[in-house]
Amino acid sequence: MTTQTAQAPPGADLDLQAEFDAKVAADQRIEPRDWMPEGYRKTLVRQVSQHAHSEIIGMQPEGDWIASAPSLRRKAILLAKVQDEAGHGLYLYAAAETLGVDRADLTRRLIEGRQKYSSIFNYPSLTFADVGVIGWLVDGAAICNQVPLCRSSFGPYARAMVRICKEESFHQRQGYELLMRMMEGTEEQRRMVQDAVDRWWWPSLMMFGPPDAESPNTQQSMAWRIKRDTNDDLRQKFVDMTVPQAEKLGVTLPDPELVWNGERGHYDFGEPDWNEFKQVISGAGPKNAERVERRRAAHEKGAWVREAATAYAGKHSAKEAAA
Amino acid sequence: MSGDHIYSALSEEHGGDARWAFGTGFTDALAGVDTTLPEGVDGQDLALYCQMLGDDALVQAQRLVHWVTDAPELEEEVALANIALDLLGQARLLLARAGQADGTGRDEDDFAYRRGPAEFRNVHLAEAPRGDFARAVVTLLVLSSARLAVFTRLADSRDPVLAAIAAKAVNELAYHREYALSWTLRLGDGTPYSHERAVAAVADVWPLTGELFATHPVEARMAGQGVGVDPASVREEVHAVLAQVLTTATLDAPAPFPEAAVAGRGGRHTPELAPLLDELQKVAREHPEATW
Repeated sequence: MTTQTAQAPPGADLDLQAEFDAKVAADQRIEPRDWMPEGYRKTLVRQVSQHAHSEIIGMQPEGDWIASAPSLRRKAILLAKVQDEAGHGLYLYAAAETLGVDRADLTRRLIEGRQKYSSIFNYPSLTFADVGVIGWLVDGAAICNQVPLCRSSFGPYARAMVRICKEESFHQRQGYELLMRMMEGTEEQRRMVQDAVDRWWWPSLMMFGPPDAESPNTQQSMAWRIKRDTNDDLRQKFVDMTVPQAEKLGVTLPDPELVWNGERGHYDFGEPDWNEFKQVISGAGPKNAERVERRRAAHEKGAWVREAATAYAGKHSAKEAAA
Repeated sequence: MSGDHIYSALSEEHGGDARWAFGTGFTDALAGVDTTLPEGVDGQDLALYCQMLGDDALVQAQRLVHWVTDAPELEEEVALANIALDLLGQARLLLARAGQADGTGRDEDDFAYRRGPAEFRNVHLAEAPRGDFARAVVTLLVLSSARLAVFTRLADSRDPVLAAIAAKAVNELAYHREYALSWTLRLGDGTPYSHERAVAAVADVWPLTGELFATHPVEARMAGQGVGVDPASVREEVHAVLAQVLTTATLDAPAPFPEAAVAGRGGRHTPELAPLLDELQKVAREHPEATW
């Protein structure tokens, strides 16, 4: 597949650049057929494919609980949720393909550990309460990140995000609803919920990425309107939204510095452990190796099935052509 | 501050409240259907019959969910999850009906989580090990073809609840069979290796097919009363369907279904069922007083 960039005649770039800049400035959508700067295309390929990989790897921590969900209703909800995540991965790979990359190649990059995904999915899910807390905090943080992306300058990404955000809001809701039920249950269940909140709170804050001062890509991505808010702004928004939810639920967020600041009109909160973040991002998290290995094993084990489908399609299109 | 207010801050719209994916309704699954037992029908028999059909679906779904994060393509994970969700939905309705019919008031979870292997009534093919993708496809082809034939007739059941469940399930099962059929063709008529795997899968599955058409006394009585379906009555039809699919997939025409006695329907299972149920039930059993 080739891109419009490659087809642009030499010398035409200046006009094309001006046209692109004007479109972005006017909040119009850039579509795959439009000319775009190579850096914009590369940034999008990276962001969209990492996002797709995150959906796919993100199926695992919760997927592990489908078989043991403690009621049939919870089992059905969780199965539907994990299925949605596979669907989100598919839309996003399709959006990435409009930029001239190939899904099979992106999959290879994931299973060979050459492309990243959200660091949050490298933490283990230890009890069924984790299912609820992942829905509430992890999907909640994802929604904060993603709602602004529905206005992203790249059309296919923005449209994929509209659909994904709708489903994510259901995911968050089911997580919160599970936690509500558990908090109304036994003392042991309440302890399970608090323990899960303690483990997932800081990793959830890290989902917004490093502080703005250390986020090299943010300024350019905002100028291109791929991103619409800075990491720190989104993190603040998430904290402000989550604190009242935690109070209603009856759990304590594990941050002694968390306090309302009337002057700012926001909650003040502590710094996540950015060293841990860097370690997890660079592959040394508790579950990095296992998550990627599982995907790799499924992919390799399924190779003969994909080959069969290709061979069958080849034979039958040849028969149809001959008919 | 209400819970809904908190959520509305997060996204512009939520769509319908009650259902956001098939089979995951937040409300009573049998709401609105007349649940009175039809005249002359033995509630104990009906309850056992519902468990037979419900357990087939529940146990099969439990096997299928392990394909999610383990399938050859993402599309297959979505499809197999969807099929498992359909079956789980059918199981929930059938088990809930069992609890109404036998007068115990047990709910779907009482049946799913608080029965041991000897109380499960599913056929052995549903509990058989997952195997490779070819095995999963052939198992699904056989189970969905047989279930579709039974449920098509069950849509005319004198029990309004069974009739409603079957009418809804028929469309789902037709899709399951279509999915299994499309993969049987690709594997059978794909590469020499996939052909070999498909042949092996048919050889593994075939000895378990006879039991699907062996009639348990409860099935015979329910069929006699116009409530259930005698599985023996769909034997030829199902064989014809499978023979057509397998030969189109360039596989050998199948042998007749083996003669088999009632086994799983009577609570007699292979050693595979106990570990499957251990996994299904472990969290619920660890927290007997908990609410989820």
